[in-house]
Amino acid sequence: MIGSDFYLDDPRPADGPPVIVGAGPAGIRAAQTLLAHGLRPVVIDEAPKAGGQIYRRQPDGFGRTPKDLYGFEAGRASDLHQTFDRLRPQLDYRPDTLVWNAQGHSLDLLHTAQRTADSLRWRDLIVATGATDRVLPVPGWTLPGVYTLGGAQVALKYQGCAIGDAVVFAGTGPLLYLVAYQYAKAGGRVLAVLDTAPAVQRYKAAPAMLAQPTVAAKGVYFLSWLMFHDVPVHHGVQLLRAEGADRVQAMVWKDAQGAEQRTNCSAIGLGYALRPETQLADLLGCEFAFAPLHRCYVPQIDADRRSSVPGVYLAGDGAGIMGADAAEISGELAALALLQDRGIKTDAARQAKLRQQLDKTQQFRQALEVAFPFPDDWAARAPDELVVCRCENITAGELRSTAASQPQGDINRIKALCRVGMGRCQGRMCGVAATEILADTLQVPVAQIGRIRGQAPIKPLPLDMTVVSADQEASHG
Amino acid sequence: MVKQLGTEVVVIGGGIMGASTALFLRQRGIQVVVLERDLCGSRSSGVNFGGVRRQGRSLAMLPLSQRAHQHWGRLTALIGTEAEYERSGHFKIARSEADMDSLVRYAEKTRDCGLDLQLLDGAALHKRFPIGGAQVVGGSFCPDDGQANPRLLSPAFATAAARAGAQVFEHTPVLEVAHNGQRFVVRTPDMEIRANVVVNAAGAWAGQFAEQCGEPVPMRIRPPAMGVTEPLPFFLHWSLGVEGGSIYCRQVRRGNVVFGGGPGLVLDDTRARNRHTTVWAQLPQLVELLPQLKNAQLIRTWSGNEGALPDHEPIISESSRQAGLYHAFGFAGGGFQLGPGVGDVMAELIAQGRSSTPIDAFRIDRFSDPACST
Repeated sequence: MIGSDFYLDDPRPADGPPVIVGAGPAGIRAAQTLLAHGLRPVVIDEAPKAGGQIYRRQPDGFGRTPKDLYGFEAGRASDLHQTFDRLRPQLDYRPDTLVWNAQGHSLDLLHTAQRTADSLRWRDLIVATGATDRVLPVPGWTLPGVYTLGGAQVALKYQGCAIGDAVVFAGTGPLLYLVAYQYAKAGGRVLAVLDTAPAVQRYKAAPAMLAQPTVAAKGVYFLSWLMFHDVPVHHGVQLLRAEGADRVQAMVWKDAQGAEQRTNCSAIGLGYALRPETQLADLLGCEFAFAPLHRCYVPQIDADRRSSVPGVYLAGDGAGIMGADAAEISGELAALALLQDRGIKTDAARQAKLRQQLDKTQQFRQALEVAFPFPDDWAARAPDELVVCRCENITAGELRSTAASQPQGDINRIKALCRVGMGRCQGRMCGVAATEILADTLQVPVAQIGRIRGQAPIKPLPLDMTVVSADQEASHG
Repeated sequence: MVKQLGTEVVVIGGGIMGASTALFLRQRGIQVVVLERDLCGSRSSGVNFGGVRRQGRSLAMLPLSQRAHQHWGRLTALIGTEAEYERSGHFKIARSEADMDSLVRYAEKTRDCGLDLQLLDGAALHKRFPIGGAQVVGGSFCPDDGQANPRLLSPAFATAAARAGAQVFEHTPVLEVAHNGQRFVVRTPDMEIRANVVVNAAGAWAGQFAEQCGEPVPMRIRPPAMGVTEPLPFFLHWSLGVEGGSIYCRQVRRGNVVFGGGPGLVLDDTRARNRHTTVWAQLPQLVELLPQLKNAQLIRTWSGNEGALPDHEPIISESSRQAGLYHAFGFAGGGFQLGPGVGDVMAELIAQGRSSTPIDAFRIDRFSDPACST
């Protein structure tokens, strides 16, 4: 080792309660499993209430029923929420808390409401940080009124409002239909669903989809419901641009026959499925590998969700997008692996069953990828003037000209040279699109572009925060 | 299949020292190959604060710093880009009478060195530089010091060297350097390069190589602790430092305030980061110095591995053991501004056997000389 007085020397603590980051489906099931085996975990969540994004809970005094909010998933949502509420007194639960850094065996926390900071040591850690929208921009996407699909859904679930009174949903993936359905069901005017996936892909995927017939049936239901309620659904489209003066006024697109169409609207929900939120795993030192299914680098895990770092387990979408149901399964699996590693007896049959269920979901995921393929031609079609990185206002043309001088293609070098991914979002929003454009420009596989290195803080940190205590030990349960 | 290559000089390390050495060698018509383990300028040279500052340097270093300053003045002609370089001025603040005395003494000692320092007392300072609130008692301003973007500038030196005819190989680690009695033989995974001269400009990793050559130096890795805010309306024209250390900052044209101060954290042989206790110490100091930042947000922190020697001076020297071997490393905390000066001096040393700028204080054997040991 090189000599330094500033070397990180932080041996793993011998004791302490397990720590779970994230209180979505994966985090809640992990907490439940640990409690059932006699451990009292610390649960850290950025949100004010547990549930995660998919089962996001409403502020107090919210009037709509779970059935209205979650549709088919109402039962699952209620079950998770009730499970958490029942367990909460036994948990060391810390909502409104952002994990902004990981250093050795400490997590650095910001308590967002009080703007105070402290650290928490961990002996073992379940990372359940979930996902964010996978964004592929179109010209005009920075106009007010253009949202991501996930953002549109959160507005509806959490704030009880629509992103506009006349909405177009565009992109591809199951979320496209779910959100369109939820909006229409809630009384929103959905002018069109514009799916970049050709209809024929759906038939190709159908046999494999039947691996999970109930999930597939839901998809069919959403589509039929939309069509029955006269919501126009177009397959195999090309999204050309969002137009408007001060805010969005129309979506311009090409139909499957190649004719240019224009749909006037007051808002657009845009998205191409999800991407894993991996920064915490990165700062923890987990090894990553390129996953063709997710078209990005994800932290490596074994079948029981152990990462490459001893004591770190990855549950839910953060280690690869598998959806909410799989998140619950993987949360339980991760907790069981943790228990096993602590020498606590677990039910081997249960573990085997959970693994099998995850395998099935994996097959279904493959089928989804066939049904809703990533638009391979997006990068080639992106015009030079398209803003890719909205924090730093970096266009596709700037990315292309920077890449032209960097045959190595390394995205961190390109970030250094042209500022892509250097703003407030640190590449979380623009990273996918930038990677696609670089790969297309250099005519190399996406894997060769690499991934933007995680750098603390994971999200912006107020300069005037107050440090409460430097190294707080987690309370023993 | 191992490729055979012959050249006059092999430079190990494509950071600002190695790349500018290659550039100045080419300007003297000398054949050179640069070997960089990662990407040129991707390590310390590319992740430092970006201060282009002479003020505050030791008397021993000032002549070299001045020589570098001349090159900075013609940067575009030298490397074809200005990389956000501007002579914005460097302003050093005193927070106590004792610190102010220290700034006054420095200004006296360096009067003939061409820094043109302007000393300001509290009242004059608050009129001219409305920063820092009441805790600032005075300061020293160096009008022609400035700042640049190291992420852009350091790779640009390598590009310029290549344009001038240097052969630059990235992702090319050096596996072994041997001497066959006549020439050096430098081995990489797919090349064997023969050369008369080897320059060790391997930054934080140069100490290991020096040790292999039989002249160990007490170098330790000292990672800086860097951070940057979100972009803010432009308000800070000068690069700022504080006498006695602690915090330094500058605002880039994009509007972000870049800052540093205190130790970072070495993760392993190749990686470093800022550390949480340092971030906690930096933020309140920054807000105290620049109340404009009170509601701003920190968006990124970083560090890199830099090599430091106990007397805080670098090593710029011919080897004491092996003819034809030269060293340029150990610049922790101050190498960026020196870069072009060091490259010029190294090329001069190699081409003419002597440097017209005094560099005796930077000899590699100074730690083995009993008179100098601490």
